[in-house]
Amino acid sequence: MPPILEFKEVSKTFGRLHEATTILRDVNLSVAEGDFVSIIGYSGSGKSTLINLIAGLLKPTTGSAMMDDNPIDGPGPERGIVFQNYSLLPWLTVMENVRLAVDQLFPRLSESDLHARAAKYVDMVKLSPAANKYPKELSGGMRQRVSVARTLAANPRVLLLDEPLSALDALTRATLQDEIVDIWQNNRTTVIWITNDPDEAILVADRVIPLLPGRNGATLGTEISIGFQRPRVRNEVLKTGEFKDLKLQLVQALLDAKKDSVPTITRKLAVPDILPEDLSYKNRFDLSNRTGPRRRSQLAREELKIEVS
Amino acid sequence: MKLFYHLKLDAILLPVIAILICIGGWALVAGHSKITKSVDDFGDTVTKTERFGLSKNLPSPAETWIASQPYIVEPFAKRGELDQGILRFAWLSLKLVAQGYAIALLFGTPIGFFLGLSKNFTRAFDPIIQILRPVSPLAWLPLGMVLFSGLKVMDAAGRTTFGTSDAAALFTIAICAMWPTVLNTAVGVRAVPQDYLNVAKVLKLSKAKTLFKILIPSALPYMFTGFRLSLGIAWLVIVAVEMLIGKPGVGGFLWQQYNANSYAHIILSILTIGIIGYILDRFMSLIEGRFRSA
Repeated sequence: MPPILEFKEVSKTFGRLHEATTILRDVNLSVAEGDFVSIIGYSGSGKSTLINLIAGLLKPTTGSAMMDDNPIDGPGPERGIVFQNYSLLPWLTVMENVRLAVDQLFPRLSESDLHARAAKYVDMVKLSPAANKYPKELSGGMRQRVSVARTLAANPRVLLLDEPLSALDALTRATLQDEIVDIWQNNRTTVIWITNDPDEAILVADRVIPLLPGRNGATLGTEISIGFQRPRVRNEVLKTGEFKDLKLQLVQALLDAKKDSVPTITRKLAVPDILPEDLSYKNRFDLSNRTGPRRRSQLAREELKIEVS
Repeated sequence: MKLFYHLKLDAILLPVIAILICIGGWALVAGHSKITKSVDDFGDTVTKTERFGLSKNLPSPAETWIASQPYIVEPFAKRGELDQGILRFAWLSLKLVAQGYAIALLFGTPIGFFLGLSKNFTRAFDPIIQILRPVSPLAWLPLGMVLFSGLKVMDAAGRTTFGTSDAAALFTIAICAMWPTVLNTAVGVRAVPQDYLNVAKVLKLSKAKTLFKILIPSALPYMFTGFRLSLGIAWLVIVAVEMLIGKPGVGGFLWQQYNANSYAHIILSILTIGIIGYILDRFMSLIEGRFRSA
């Protein structure tokens, strides 16, 4: 089967000339239709840059990013993205947020069909009772469900999830992981899930690819295939020795890469000149007789009395 | 004492005390009349009114109240073009302000959007805006008179219903009141979170849809802050404008009464302007608050 997404020697550099920093380099990635790929990496290592490249919100500096053998030259609904911070429109209700996508993608449908379609996706993420609520009335987990529903409603061929659950508490995260996997099980769209949690990556995906930090930008490491049968039962998978081995392997790969990417920049820190005030000293509000802040530069010139015995 | 705080009486009592102190200070500074009667050489009685005090021509609070009574008791009376009840004057002023303000919003909001959306537009027009912004209404009015000179709209009876001075007045109010709307709208558009714009990009929303579904709702709280400040300025400008063109209204009344030496009415006008300005501001911030919470 030809890959739906193919990255060849992609690199991404921000800034120009001597101020340029390379975030990603030599990224090779091939995703087949129906794959469930998880990309795991440290915070700030370029995961979001990678997903923005896939989504088309950014363009690679070098290399080629292809979807269906056509270069990705901009964002589009066929690559739906679920953002880390939900990015729901706060002035629209749950239903209206989903309708935004439905109305845009299916302009020819009648009003009742559009409504039915949006309702289907709201129901899919189990939010029908909250359909007419505003995002601020929902918990973090519910908001992310709306975001998933809105993205799925656009009927994407590739579903991109950019650390979708990292802002949620552990219990909500576990529930949502299972739910998103269930939805995938029923739809079989291609999923690329970016995360910083090894457990999450191994639990949900078929292929886990570590994003390894390096001195000249991060790059993708060796892929780990996950062979657990689907549907996976969380508690059983977590108990197996295989899971522990995979996790160890993954963490080790990430730790090794971190060791090699010791920061080379040393900067002299500018220490603030004003010293903190002694809070035990009672402040008197004398306007004329204020002592002003204590300064480190003055402190250095202080005379010390040394008693010589 | 508990009851005192429970009923939040301090919120009423303290302002009342402050107002009383101010009126007391006013009474101290104000002059007072002294009427002396004497018999002159021909045997006629002559009444002579003299005024004393720190500022002897400033009417005292009591005198102000007595002189203002006809205007307050019958707030909608019309006894003549420049002798009307105070609320009737206020209504005339408000009508003019509403027109000028509407023009300000009509022009200011789109300009703000362009400034917020385009960096080049901002670079090009920012210096002009910064130069025009601090110009006083007193300076704009003559330019308006020149700009619209010769303009005359007449009704069937041949009376001018909309002349040069009306156009100049609207022009002045609009151009002075526009800037807060322009600048706040621009800030609001620039502050639209990138995430929302990414949503629009991924869904491939059209330009118009992005504008109406994302940019405007997101910038609305900022825009309303601008609208509120603009209304404040429009109300501020109205007095100057009415003074200069002699239109009936609170400002025109103020100037006319100054020329007629009825100083008590100046104070009445000032208080009316202040109170109405305050009410307008409260009203706008109520609306603003609704949009901010949304």
